[in-house]
Amino acid sequence: MLVTDRQRLREDIAVWVARFGARRSSLIPVLQEIQAKYHQISDHAMQVVADHLDIHPVEVYSVVTFYAFLNEGYHGKFVIRLCRTVSCDMAGKSRVARQLENDLGIAFGQSTKDGKFSLEWASCIGMCDQGPALLVNDQVFPAVTPEKVHDILQLCRKSFGPLAVHQANHREARQ
Amino acid sequence: MSDHENVNVESPRAPVSQRGHLVRVPADQRASGALVEVAIDGLEVQVPIGTTILEAARKIGVKIPTLCYHDDLCVAGVCRICVVEVEGQRTLQASCAYPITAPIAIHTHTRKVRQSRRRILDLLLGKHYGECYACFRNGNCELQALAAGCGVDFFRFGHPTAPLHELDSSSYSVLRDMNKCILCRRCVRTCIDLQEVGVLETVHRGDKTTVSTFMNKPLAEVICINCGQCINRCPTGALGAADPTDDVWRDINDPSKHVVIQTAPAPRAAIGECFGLPPGTPLTFEMNSALRAIGFDKVFDTNFTADLTIIEEGTELILRLHRALVDRQPVALPQFTSCSPGWVKYIEHFYPEMLPHLSSAKSPQQMFGAVIKTYYAGLHHIDPADIVTVALMPCSAKKFECNRPEMAASGHKDVDYGLVTRELAQMFKEAGIELPKMPKSGFDEPFGTATGSGVIFGATGGVMEAALRTVLELVSGLKVENLYDHADILPVRGFEGIKYAEIRIPRLGTVPDILRMNAQLPFDSWAWLAGATLKVAVCHGTANAKRVLEDIKAGGKLSECHFIEFMACPGGCLGGGGMPIPTNPEIRAARARAIYAEDAAYEVRKSHENPAVLRLYNEFLTGGPNGHTAHRLLHTTYTPRGKYIA
Amino acid sequence: MSLGHQGLVTFRMIDPDAGLAAALARRPAEIVAELTAARLKGRGGAGFPTGVKWSLAAQAASDVKYVLCNADEGEPGTFKDRVILAEVPDLVFAGMTIGGAAIGASKGIVYLRGEYAYQRQPLEEALARRRAAGQLGERVLGTPFAFDIEIRMGSGAYVCGEETALIESLEGHRGEPRNRPPFPVDAGYLGRPTIVNNVETFACVTAIMAKGAPWFAAIGTEKSTGPKLFSVSGDCARPGVYEFPMGLPVSELLREVGGEDAKAVQIGGASGRCVPASAFASTICYEGISTGGSVIVFGPDRDMLRVAKNFMEFFVEESCGQCTPCREGNARLLQGIAMLEDGRCSAAYLAELTKLGEVMQLASKCGLGQSSPNAFLSIVEHFRDEIMGRTYAAAR
Repeated sequence: MLVTDRQRLREDIAVWVARFGARRSSLIPVLQEIQAKYHQISDHAMQVVADHLDIHPVEVYSVVTFYAFLNEGYHGKFVIRLCRTVSCDMAGKSRVARQLENDLGIAFGQSTKDGKFSLEWASCIGMCDQGPALLVNDQVFPAVTPEKVHDILQLCRKSFGPLAVHQANHREARQ
Repeated sequence: MSDHENVNVESPRAPVSQRGHLVRVPADQRASGALVEVAIDGLEVQVPIGTTILEAARKIGVKIPTLCYHDDLCVAGVCRICVVEVEGQRTLQASCAYPITAPIAIHTHTRKVRQSRRRILDLLLGKHYGECYACFRNGNCELQALAAGCGVDFFRFGHPTAPLHELDSSSYSVLRDMNKCILCRRCVRTCIDLQEVGVLETVHRGDKTTVSTFMNKPLAEVICINCGQCINRCPTGALGAADPTDDVWRDINDPSKHVVIQTAPAPRAAIGECFGLPPGTPLTFEMNSALRAIGFDKVFDTNFTADLTIIEEGTELILRLHRALVDRQPVALPQFTSCSPGWVKYIEHFYPEMLPHLSSAKSPQQMFGAVIKTYYAGLHHIDPADIVTVALMPCSAKKFECNRPEMAASGHKDVDYGLVTRELAQMFKEAGIELPKMPKSGFDEPFGTATGSGVIFGATGGVMEAALRTVLELVSGLKVENLYDHADILPVRGFEGIKYAEIRIPRLGTVPDILRMNAQLPFDSWAWLAGATLKVAVCHGTANAKRVLEDIKAGGKLSECHFIEFMACPGGCLGGGGMPIPTNPEIRAARARAIYAEDAAYEVRKSHENPAVLRLYNEFLTGGPNGHTAHRLLHTTYTPRGKYIA
Repeated sequence: MSLGHQGLVTFRMIDPDAGLAAALARRPAEIVAELTAARLKGRGGAGFPTGVKWSLAAQAASDVKYVLCNADEGEPGTFKDRVILAEVPDLVFAGMTIGGAAIGASKGIVYLRGEYAYQRQPLEEALARRRAAGQLGERVLGTPFAFDIEIRMGSGAYVCGEETALIESLEGHRGEPRNRPPFPVDAGYLGRPTIVNNVETFACVTAIMAKGAPWFAAIGTEKSTGPKLFSVSGDCARPGVYEFPMGLPVSELLREVGGEDAKAVQIGGASGRCVPASAFASTICYEGISTGGSVIVFGPDRDMLRVAKNFMEFFVEESCGQCTPCREGNARLLQGIAMLEDGRCSAAYLAELTKLGEVMQLASKCGLGQSSPNAFLSIVEHFRDEIMGRTYAAAR
């Protein structure tokens, strides 16, 4: 990481710690901000956060590895999480999963080389009546078919920010 | 409030799920006695409200097996080995984590309980790789004992036949073998809560849960201080010390090598435990004979350099005080002791800005190494390259210390091997030596003479007491025995985490000859100390060290101290990471009693009265304490390491 | 009494403002008494009487207390809380405010699961509206009672739905359940007395305050009062959220959702039980088949071993990993299912696994571990013939 990048990261963390308060209970909110902006929580970020909150870096590492949505390794700009729990499984998640792998050229647990997409499994995301369902970052896509995988990925590729995905999703959810 | 309340207050860092319990008790607890009647396996007993089932059962001699529970640590309740049946409860309850608040009936070995324990044990064994034959904890392993106690006769869920994890042997001090880890988290609670060092934590979740360092880096690359407290509390062989016995044997058997050993005070008070003796049985003189029997050429007493340390460190303190009080120069006060290598690495990592406070005097181990490969080598016309110095220590961090690159004042590695109590016991056993039955013999000259002050280095407060004995006599010219009964300076003894004492200097004597040997001594009378009161503090365990340092930074009471003793391990050296396993407060107290008893038996109990030390100054360290030669051989520098890991 | 069937029928009829106003007009003890009279039990699944929980928290001596709303709806097959939060969030917020008044807390926190992050913005807007309307803030509805609500996000951990794990997570730790006692009502969030209730429970509180305990208690059975939301998914014609009175037979539920030909129903999610067709006459209520509301229908062609495998994969992933029975036991059960699939599991080993499941129920530290083998055990019990006798893998 370049020095200037580290500097920016440190400044961001200082701002977030100030916003949530320099307390242990602020740890997860701060980590969520780091994850959202930087798509990973680097070892340097963990040490800076630990310093601010007066805890040990290994405690931050421990928390980061515990939660599925916090990651120490780099994750793509768009993290696709396909629900693999029973209702979505019965609704045909396996075919959607294979199509996602086909379209992206990566397996679950991997990220695309351009850093845009990461593919992951999710435990039940609460869309059991409209499975198979997946999340792209914060947005939910219900009733996904292999056919629709391409559309979802195109939405992501074309969007300059989360907004476009958000709107698309609203249309989808209100069907 | 129950005792557990203190755990909360004392250890704010402990993961909350692993802290003690807050128990709601009646306000009039003392008035009413607040006792509650419980029936354990039909035996009735009255216990104070808030007592755990485990404590209550122990009280009446009912043994409930435990694994993640440890007397020194907060309650975790994670292994579930100690589950018992509580009448009226649907599920089994972990007896270590269940505070009794109402009359209950408990059954500790029903069918349900036994079946659960067996299967929990089977689950653990199904992930525990390693043959007991090839494990240094063979015969001293809690998992092994549990399996025997619960009648394990086959592996219900299989047994790994190949290692799943790589051994981490990066550290000079601590070995980690995750293949043997059963995730009881005692090491985590030791490292984060007891010691507040924060190297080990539980990471990931579900069946991927493991204990790890930061980013799973090797121990040598993280902020481990090598205190080895985790080793002492590990129930299995997942944590151990880096063992140099093969090298030591090789050198002993090499006729071209002159192999000498120095033995620290704490191991003598504990090595008997490895031979089935009760804690606190000193075997000093039996051990001397045994060491010669297995082939050491000379057996020296580290107490000799403990005395040397006191004189060097005491002189340094006097010089610092003079600079501050008379020259009015900015001087780092209070001065910190530097003989605990775990503590030294702690301050290098966590408070590098406070390193100037640390006495530049080396630890007794390293002073001894330097003196042996210079003075002793010259005395006996031995090439220092042919001398092998082994240090018998209670301490795993000593292994790291002797490998510090700066520890080569003699032009050679001053101390070749740091051997810990457990390892020496193993060597004795390998050689077929029954230590308790060995004849007694003394230490070898020229370092044989030591004082009681050196002995008490092994207990928390000992360094301070030794220093005070010497400083008081040097400054006042009075016998310390006339100031304190039997020269026992009790205010600095005991196991409280942080002790503070004020010692008034009763009168001023003349500056003694030993100090006058130093030509640069900036004063020739004690007048500048008129009316002074020495303020000192003693702390043990790095969690307490942190509290002391934070108080100093905040300008609290301890910032007014002149001298503070720090020991990395709870209890001081007698609780060191190389000492026999298990450890608990009673065992450490027994070892302390043995050490103070040995001190009381010495004729010479003050370091500056040690004739061998005086001879060394007269013959070799001719610049006197803190003089040129002393500085070159007996003092060192430190590395501000910081806590960030690249 | 008219209980509609699909969607949030009763809840849509309730005026949250009326519920809150009615509650604030009473003394705290009266609020708790009303809940006790309504015999309201927790809607998350454990079914602890809400009145008892709140009265314990009300009695606990502390100047600071907390009201936590458990919106970490992670149980497979459950999505009713998502719908409640999307459609009637004010009912939940009013319920939390009532909780604050009842136990003497001035701070509420909604722990919203990370998977529902898209709901955060609308919920924040709803909170802002309530603050503007004086339903939250320094003087709630003009009374001296102060209360406000904050939303905190989860980060993807099912176990955080366990109340003490939820508290750990809020405090910035791994979501690992605590030893109990002490219970949260004595020492919860930041060591303070805390009530943790499910989203639906808070909505019920508001409904009870608005319409009275007798109205609520008249619905359902003697021991299981009130309407209950069910999340229905799987092999049925009309999946979705349903509202039924407690005490409904499984068969009737299946008729409503169009799943009459089911061979089994999983009630209570992954931690619930698999009910075979032969037991469809049993009723769904706390004294019958207890549930937080998840109903997953399995059609006649479903491979029950695959179902069991999916559930066990879930628990292997979602166990917090601290206690031995849950961490190691779930992995062993999953391994056993793979052995069954491959035709490599002897009947004796299957019996061994069943025993292991029972030990996990008895000896695990928290509700997750204690209930994680339920699905496996009930499938082994009811579909023994189906899951055994598979083709030996080496012979394929």
